[in-house]
Amino acid sequence: MSASFYSPDDLVALWISLKLAAITVVLLLLLCTPMAWWLAMTRSRLRVVGEAMAALPLVLPPTVLGFYLLLFLGPHGWGGRLMHGLGMQPLAFSFGGLVLGSMLYSMPFVIQPLQGAFQSVGVRALEVAATLRASPLDRFFTVAVPLARRGFITGSVLAFAHTLGEFGVVLMLGGNIPGRTQTASIVIFNHAEAFDYAAAQRLSLTLLIACFALLLIVYAANRRVPEIAASA
Amino acid sequence: MPCIGPGWRALWLLLAASVVASVALPAGAEQLNVAVAANFFGTLQKLAPKFERASGNQLVLSSGSSGQFYTQIREGAPFDVLLSADTDRPRQLEADGLGVAGSRFTYATGTLVLWSPKAGVVDRDGKVLRSGSYRMIGIAEPRIAPYGAAAQQVLAALGLWDKLNQDKKLAVGENINQAWQFAATGNVDMAFVALSQLSNADGIAGSYWLPPQSMYAPLDQDALILASSSKRAAAEAFLNWLRKDPEAIATIKAAGYHVRE
Repeated sequence: MSASFYSPDDLVALWISLKLAAITVVLLLLLCTPMAWWLAMTRSRLRVVGEAMAALPLVLPPTVLGFYLLLFLGPHGWGGRLMHGLGMQPLAFSFGGLVLGSMLYSMPFVIQPLQGAFQSVGVRALEVAATLRASPLDRFFTVAVPLARRGFITGSVLAFAHTLGEFGVVLMLGGNIPGRTQTASIVIFNHAEAFDYAAAQRLSLTLLIACFALLLIVYAANRRVPEIAASA
Repeated sequence: MPCIGPGWRALWLLLAASVVASVALPAGAEQLNVAVAANFFGTLQKLAPKFERASGNQLVLSSGSSGQFYTQIREGAPFDVLLSADTDRPRQLEADGLGVAGSRFTYATGTLVLWSPKAGVVDRDGKVLRSGSYRMIGIAEPRIAPYGAAAQQVLAALGLWDKLNQDKKLAVGENINQAWQFAATGNVDMAFVALSQLSNADGIAGSYWLPPQSMYAPLDQDALILASSSKRAAAEAFLNWLRKDPEAIATIKAAGYHVRE
């Protein structure tokens, strides 16, 4: 990994991509765990509405999603005006804006595996824990979460990889600014647009190998987690 | 997620290298954020080090489509200078007070070319278009890409536009680079592209026709300083250099553009 192999811009962009993907995954796990739990456990008729809404980010083309976020977070959008009213920096064209966009963009990839995993934990295991006087919070953290480990692993990996490969949202909402919002996938596109295919291929290959290694590690670890459906 | 294993060590090494790389960037000089149309990005990459040597200021380049930049600038994007691929959007931004009044000028004028990567496909007079001895022609989407609109004007002037559409002989790319890729990969016989995409030190590979400039509206590309810029003096110095420096003008011409003297 010599400095001549990657330009400084390439390395900075790779760093931004990794940072963005990691932060997005952590925040999504915090946000989506309770949402997925509710979707898995509720008998409310609102569940189907929640499920449909959680899948919505899959529908819009990424540039369109980015465009709407830009309008929403810009100085004329009510999100941007709210931020301004609270004395905060605008989110558009900042790293924080990319995190928000990535969270929305990758949310279905965390919610759906988690919901599936919680559902396959089943009520039976939780009822047994309840008869042993485990409090609801106890049941959640010591029974449901460990049994749903596969869902957490799958959701994290999918969201991480999906965020690394994100293009349309970050291009529109981030403005392609080197050192701030320019991610590796955008740099690859720039290299290709400037007909520098060698540089584009170097970076693409890096991203592919790094992600393949990451997925390999995670799926290898995943194999050691026992199937939960059989134990429930 | 498990945070162990050799893969992670490699990742951390990469991260450490990137931090070193970002710290190593020169500090002190003014940094200008330039939003540049994709077709001029490669040329500006060649120009940037020359300007940086001459002025001591640094250019941070963001490449994209003119339409995307127009929307982003309306939403407060932190650019100092816009180098657009057209004249309409800079004019509109200037009229709306988002650009510095009087800073707009045409920094380059594009040249349309009908090109095939194979020798002997396109003749020097463009007669091949009327011959019909081809399967498909690539063009950029006329409604959004200036070169696509120019290609449409040329085909209309030749009386071929409607017929080619009826015969489904036009492959329409989102932008001029896609049109180029259609031809370069052999998926179309020839494509209307920008001369700037073909020009390099070795001349042009393949065969091509340069339609007379009278057949299409000039492909003027305008530059504009944005009103939100806090580095107006440096931005003015950059545009002045782009407009007047002999080396800059020579580089732009060598890249396949005309420059208004």
